[in-house]
Amino acid sequence: MSHRETITVTVQRGSAATGQHMQEFQVPAYESQTVLDVVSWIQQNTDPTLTYRFACRVGMCGSCAMMVNGVPRWTCRTHVKKVLKDQRIDIAPLRNLPVLKDLAVDMDPFFDKWVAAEGRHHPSIGRDAPIPAINPEAAARQVASAGIECINCSICYAACDTVANDPDYLGPAALQRAWTVYNDAKDADRGAILDAVSGKGGCHSCHSMGSCTAYCPNGLDPLSAIAGLKRATTRRFFGGGA
Amino acid sequence: MTPFHLYMAQRLSALVMAPFVLVHLGVMIYAIQGGLTAAEILGRTQGSLFWFLFYGMFVIAVALHAALGLRVILAEWAGLRGGVLNGVSTAIGLGLLGLGAHAVWAVTAGGGA
Ligand code: SF4
Ligand code: SF4
Ligand code: FES
Repeated sequence: MSHRETITVTVQRGSAATGQHMQEFQVPAYESQTVLDVVSWIQQNTDPTLTYRFACRVGMCGSCAMMVNGVPRWTCRTHVKKVLKDQRIDIAPLRNLPVLKDLAVDMDPFFDKWVAAEGRHHPSIGRDAPIPAINPEAAARQVASAGIECINCSICYAACDTVANDPDYLGPAALQRAWTVYNDAKDADRGAILDAVSGKGGCHSCHSMGSCTAYCPNGLDPLSAIAGLKRATTRRFFGGGA
Repeated sequence: MTPFHLYMAQRLSALVMAPFVLVHLGVMIYAIQGGLTAAEILGRTQGSLFWFLFYGMFVIAVALHAALGLRVILAEWAGLRGGVLNGVSTAIGLGLLGLGAHAVWAVTAGGGA
């Protein structure tokens, strides 16, 4: 093998139950190498017990998010070139979620909060009724469409300090989904959504600092979605209806 | 009281405070032109229903606003929850209200302009 530069990679191993430690690996550098490539190289060539998650490798599935040099990123679409500092990278499991093992976190709290935020469809007609047309140009539809490309990667959830400090806080992704459904012309229970986001840990806990929007790899804007929910709940308070 | 009601109370108290702060600063800057003594100030405020209501409402809004703001910090930074959180923030609110009311009473009661 020809001489090849290597990068020094530190990976967080273990879980809260077994104890955690940092382990250092030397990984050969390649052209167009992603952080996920680095993790896979370690697992395939150095330590087959390294646990991590991925599926699509093209930024669609949302399963490969990790902390890279202390910030949350989708590793399959993060080039090593972009994050390398002095030929080193630090990789750790996603923040704000319980670690199962090594780089794999338990996503249950994240998804449980999606359900708690009432971000689910409330049907307005039965399955046999004809499907009503939706105007893609309508203002509310544009607001709803702004959030639909969420890939549930939990990067915003890991970036949010309010999530870190308040275990009840529903978090940016769940609230953004609630706002998307709220603006869907086919949804029949907007009141239930506003109730769900007005309780303990609801949208009013957000401090509008915008880490969610800054780190979302898909360029979505949960910060503005949450501001929309705050406006909608305030409007309802003053008698503006749901 | 839901978290939403506390949120609204904090926003509305801010709304109330904004004009009070501006009038308070404006009058202060205007009134001290050419010097002013404590006795002259008290001469104008004592017995004045206007200044009693003005600073009375100001103090109520401040007590509410500050207590609710500190409540969030105590929850997120000091990890207080439930009854302890409500108890401590209520005590802060009542303490501020007590101090403020005492001051308002001292400058607006008695005397006569
Ligand atoms: S804007 Fe709100 S949801 Fe987004 S990171 Fe800040 S506190 Fe979290
Ligand atoms: S809003 Fe963005 S960062 Fe948050 S889960 Fe969806 S895609 Fe990921
Ligand atoms: S592996 Fe699917 S988004 Fe990265």
